[in-house]
Amino acid sequence: MRAEPTLLYDVPGPKARNLYRLLSVAVAVALGVIGYLVYRALDSKGQLTSEKWSPFTESTSWTTYLLPGIRGTLIAAALSIVLALILGAVLGIARLSDHRVIRSAAGFFVELFRAIPVLILMIFAYQLFADYQVFKAKYLALAAVVTGLTLYNGSVIAEIVRAGIKSLPKGQTEAAKALGMRKSMIMRTILLPQAVTAMLPALISQMVVALKDSALGYLIGYVEVVRSGQQLGSFYGNYLPALLVVAAIMIVLNSALTLLATRVEKRLRTGRRGRAAVVPTAVPVTAVPGMDLTGNEPEVRG
Amino acid sequence: MDILSEYWDQLISAFWMTIKLTALSAVGALVLGTILAAMRVSPIPVARWIGTAYVTIFRNTPLTLIIIFCSFGLYQTMGVSLAPENSPTFLVDNNIRLAILGLSVYTAAFVCESLRAGINTVHVGQAEAGRSLGLTFAQNLRLIVLPQAFRSVIAPLGSVLIALTKNSTIASVIGVAEASLLMKSMIENEAAIFVVGGIFALGFVILTLPMGLLFGYLGKRLEVAR
Repeated sequence: MRAEPTLLYDVPGPKARNLYRLLSVAVAVALGVIGYLVYRALDSKGQLTSEKWSPFTESTSWTTYLLPGIRGTLIAAALSIVLALILGAVLGIARLSDHRVIRSAAGFFVELFRAIPVLILMIFAYQLFADYQVFKAKYLALAAVVTGLTLYNGSVIAEIVRAGIKSLPKGQTEAAKALGMRKSMIMRTILLPQAVTAMLPALISQMVVALKDSALGYLIGYVEVVRSGQQLGSFYGNYLPALLVVAAIMIVLNSALTLLATRVEKRLRTGRRGRAAVVPTAVPVTAVPGMDLTGNEPEVRG
Repeated sequence: MDILSEYWDQLISAFWMTIKLTALSAVGALVLGTILAAMRVSPIPVARWIGTAYVTIFRNTPLTLIIIFCSFGLYQTMGVSLAPENSPTFLVDNNIRLAILGLSVYTAAFVCESLRAGINTVHVGQAEAGRSLGLTFAQNLRLIVLPQAFRSVIAPLGSVLIALTKNSTIASVIGVAEASLLMKSMIENEAAIFVVGGIFALGFVILTLPMGLLFGYLGKRLEVAR
């Protein structure tokens, strides 16, 4: 990251440094002016009064609204991440199967569920579960959210798993075959453990996507943090502060996960290199971390 | 098949709304994202900080929340309206524009990150040559670096566009009549959930599949040979 500025401009001399300082001040002033205008607008609408913000200092508004909402978000995210990891591992391995039928069936599944919006999946799952009474009414929305997130993220994780396994040198499989291992044993004891190292950063940023997307539950009536914030806003009549607080909560949650992802990545890059026999090239977190991976973009670099 | 003929007009208008939301937000996100990317690589520290803060904030906030904020926060609380108030279709227009605003600011963060990754792939010698010809930062970025960066990020930008197409369904949270809103009412009113589900799944496959193929092809075609 640090080498990047020098790509576009020289190390500034005294003149340039002054110019940059001047521009910095100009940008800061512009930012200040915008900030002041926003402040004025907020103030004139009475959004900065203590009545609007004091609910967040009371424990009842947290225990009745925000905490149950956060719990809802975390439950939905955790369930769908675990299930998506299982589904993704199964589908990813199936896509590498020697049997054409299994391979193409898994391929079709993966491509289909990456092309359909998660919301459409959720609406469908909700109606399906309601019609056939698969779950108790209480868990209907949660089940629909988890189903939608699992199908989509599982498909994306399948691609990550496939890319991770393919990034391993061929010699690993060949050596294992020469030792007389069966296919399932090669996958379980040789390929997967090594591939996980390469996949971990991509997997964790997919978890951020799942956590963020659990907010889609809002649209099918699942009580997660956005819904609870909106309810709090309508109770105290402070939509704007409530939504800002919810945004802050989500940013903290996601940043914590992202931080974990970068930590893990760094550790894998530096720590493992000395000891591990094989260093798979890290699976590219296709283009934009955190954004949904879609289409036929993730090109497997093997 | 009865369902299909019965709802044909509504289906067309719903998917047309999805396309409109996608196209308009894509333009907004591209413009804003490019400006942000320029800020993130600029020599001015304050501009860099603003760019970084923007990306961190908007990438980590759920889109649902952003769009709800546009409606509840911007319009209902702050009275920001994006359509002429006295027109008969004010509420509809305003919601569509607020949704486009939300989609644009959210997607801009991802466009910015893709572009920045693209700028990093441009060979150092290119910018150095530009500098030694006496080009300023802005000239260098505009004439040398960005044209090459854009070509190398066509495929990633394609996947951002596909994600945007799918994300546009979230606009239904403030009542924009696009595909998922129609699906919700159809699936509740018709006793044929698999047919309805199939129609919408197919609709989105039709929208996103050619996009993926096209951007994949363009990305390969326009790749800067190095």
